[in-house]
Amino acid sequence: MTAPRFPVGAPVRIRRAWPPGHVRAPWYLRGHRGEVCAVVGDFGNPEELAYGRRDGAKLTLYRVRFRQTEIWPDYAGPTADTLETEIYENWLEPAA
Amino acid sequence: MSGDHDDDRHHDHGHGHDHPPGQKHPFQPDLEDSPLSHYQLLQMAVAELMIEKGVFTGEEFRRTLEDIDSRTPAAGARVVARAWIDPAFKARLLADTNKAAAELGIDAGTIPILTVENTPDTHNVIVCTLCSCYPRLLIGLPPDWYKSREYRSRVVREPRQVLAEFGTAIPDGMAVTVHDSTAELRYMVLPMRPAGSEGLDEAALAELVTRDCMVGVTLPKAP
Repeated sequence: MTAPRFPVGAPVRIRRAWPPGHVRAPWYLRGHRGEVCAVVGDFGNPEELAYGRRDGAKLTLYRVRFRQTEIWPDYAGPTADTLETEIYENWLEPAA
Repeated sequence: MSGDHDDDRHHDHGHGHDHPPGQKHPFQPDLEDSPLSHYQLLQMAVAELMIEKGVFTGEEFRRTLEDIDSRTPAAGARVVARAWIDPAFKARLLADTNKAAAELGIDAGTIPILTVENTPDTHNVIVCTLCSCYPRLLIGLPPDWYKSREYRSRVVREPRQVLAEFGTAIPDGMAVTVHDSTAELRYMVLPMRPAGSEGLDEAALAELVTRDCMVGVTLPKAP
């Protein structure tokens, strides 16, 4: 694996996009800002594999941590509450 | 007889509905009484094609299903109990759960499982909002509620309320972290060892570890 585009700690935003088809970036996180908490590794892109396109290309997969209060403006719990999920690199943009 | 509904002629079981004498008790629908969904048909067609093309045999397919169905939370409970008594094992578990499980003779499969550790500062809970990803080979098949739309949509939105409905009150000073399994990993929660369990051996500790506490919706049983 080469050096990941987004190292641990990098602020990222999930692309605000709504493509059709098999997508693994959850709807409720699109447009939201988080932070890379782990680089999982390189995997085949499920958005291609789902349609039988197996060209061997790999995408880096990250674990991204979000503050619940950032995802849900009316979140009722403490600000320390978080949500972590796995996001493929094609869904990440650098965030300020 | 018990409440089994397999013989309506001996209608001596008490339950809360009436039907006129001589009229048949309503049957529980058979499997075939609901139409197959598109994806059930697709799955059957693909499985038959794989067998026809010799990718695997019918016997291998049956054995795999039988193996998956035979998995139970007991394997995960053994892993948790070992982690409670052996800090070096716990470190290996957090680094590579599948490999650590293999040390105990447990084949957790090839999909990497990530163990997330509850601490006095953080409580973890797992969900798959997209479908029903679950560490099946380590803790068995998921309960129906885990696959329900209600659990999947609410636990990411109001985890503390959902946990409270499971009887689990998380103090405000402890953060809740929700893990949404969207991709290549599966998750298992390593609960905290309960107070008062100091004198228990590994087997007795494993008895305290339930399926739900490895999903993170409850805590282990009190000793």
